[in-house]
Amino acid sequence: MLINFIEQLINGLRTGSIYALIAIGYTMVYGIAKMINFAHGDIIMVGAYALYFSISVLGLPVPVALLLTVIVCSVLGVLIEKIAYKPLRKAQPLAVLITAIGMSFFLQSSSLLIFGSTPIPFQSVIPNDNIKVGPVIISSITLVTLVVTAVAMILLTLFINKTKLGSAMRAVSEDKGAAELMGINVNSTISMTFAIGSALAAVAGILYISQYQSMKPTLGALPGIKAFVAAVLGGIGSIPGAMLGGILLGLIESVSKAYISTELADAIVFGVLIVVLLFRPSGLLGKKKIVKV
Amino acid sequence: MLECKNLGIQFGGLKAVDNFNLNIEKGMLYGLIGPNGAGKTTVFNLLTGVYKPTGGTIRLDGNLINGKTPTQINNMGIARTFQNIRLFSNMSVLDNVKVALHEKVKYPLLTSMTHMFGFSKKEKEMDDLALEILDVFSLGTKKDVLSGNLPYGEQRKLEIARALATSPSLLLLDEPAAGMNPNETEELMETIRKIRDMYNLTILLIEHDMKLVAGICEKLTVLNFGTELASGTPSEVLNNPDVITAYLGE
Repeated sequence: MLINFIEQLINGLRTGSIYALIAIGYTMVYGIAKMINFAHGDIIMVGAYALYFSISVLGLPVPVALLLTVIVCSVLGVLIEKIAYKPLRKAQPLAVLITAIGMSFFLQSSSLLIFGSTPIPFQSVIPNDNIKVGPVIISSITLVTLVVTAVAMILLTLFINKTKLGSAMRAVSEDKGAAELMGINVNSTISMTFAIGSALAAVAGILYISQYQSMKPTLGALPGIKAFVAAVLGGIGSIPGAMLGGILLGLIESVSKAYISTELADAIVFGVLIVVLLFRPSGLLGKKKIVKV
Repeated sequence: MLECKNLGIQFGGLKAVDNFNLNIEKGMLYGLIGPNGAGKTTVFNLLTGVYKPTGGTIRLDGNLINGKTPTQINNMGIARTFQNIRLFSNMSVLDNVKVALHEKVKYPLLTSMTHMFGFSKKEKEMDDLALEILDVFSLGTKKDVLSGNLPYGEQRKLEIARALATSPSLLLLDEPAAGMNPNETEELMETIRKIRDMYNLTILLIEHDMKLVAGICEKLTVLNFGTELASGTPSEVLNNPDVITAYLGE
């Protein structure tokens, strides 16, 4: 009983880690460009296909393929911003939102055209073994997911707080206008944000596809939406919030699936979001906005 | 140093600034005054590229700056503070200054990455540089405080420090003494003079506090309804009947 519960928690941590990695991208982009990048979930899909393409079609060795996947996604993220969002920087939020949704459909349809709608099976790049820690069994994929996520989060936190690009990002997200007037290159800072967010989505895509081992053009949609919920739950704009929101969401989902009902799990997840937002409208770690009247 | 000719901007049918001329010589402490809504901050926004002028020219040391972006203009040597404080309030006092220094101190990303683990010498140099500026404003001891938690007067000072970190030749101060008590204003006047000499600055300031204006400005321009009402030395301008009328009414 207890062992089963622990295993469920570990499963939840694994799913939650993937949500958290994706949620960081949503929250960073929101923080800096004040927009929800609905195409972000589809970057995961592009990452999965890029990995499949590099290994199964190009026959590249795994480390090279992994690196290539991350690069492809980063470049794609930056291009999406330059082509679709940058011209709309002064436009109404609604126009940007519709564009982001359009971009999401564009990515899905493109991959449908290129790879077709039949799901493609894909052998995990991570060897699939079961590891016994005392009486608890953990799959190697889960272990890799947890370690990779932890390392990514630590590196990101150091990057944001300790490097010059990181502090430029914080400055731009607080006050874009003032940052510009202090000589900070806002365009390159925004590009950097999209690059980092998309790189993390690529990592999430690799981990996700290692777990599910089958891909279709819409594979990014559901994790994308869940991660968006995670980002809102944690407080959109806050990076620690996205990490916390993602992990919590994964845990709640996993425990509900195991002990309540598989069908109801998603409803419970979204229910939790509604309850949290009722009491903390800006999310768990979000900043309260004081509006002067 | 700075030369504006027939500068103007229109918002729809409203001429917020019209036919505005300004000529500031190097090293000068210049005041821009005028009643509320006269267009003073609009002039600052034009000078820093926040607004694009709809007429006229702005030249800094002979180089045309209208049409350039705020970042480019800052790199050419104009820095400013804001009437309503716009610090990066969730960043520490030191980081506020460092983020403005950053763009001036170039080093490769790799150095930046190694710094994450605390090895960088460059970063240490930048800390020292930032602290040096903070000390001028007696903010050195508060370097780790979140800037949003500073008292109001110190936030104003930190804004000036942050602007200085971009190593400008022309510094624009938008109501630096707003909300300060007479003692703080007195101290601020000293500091403004001091930084002008220390950093070889030319300073243009907007201010309502006439004591400050008359005390430190060498020349004034009065703006009213977006156009120049009078220019000259403080005593000339402040005794000008038109200026008195504009401020106090008939």
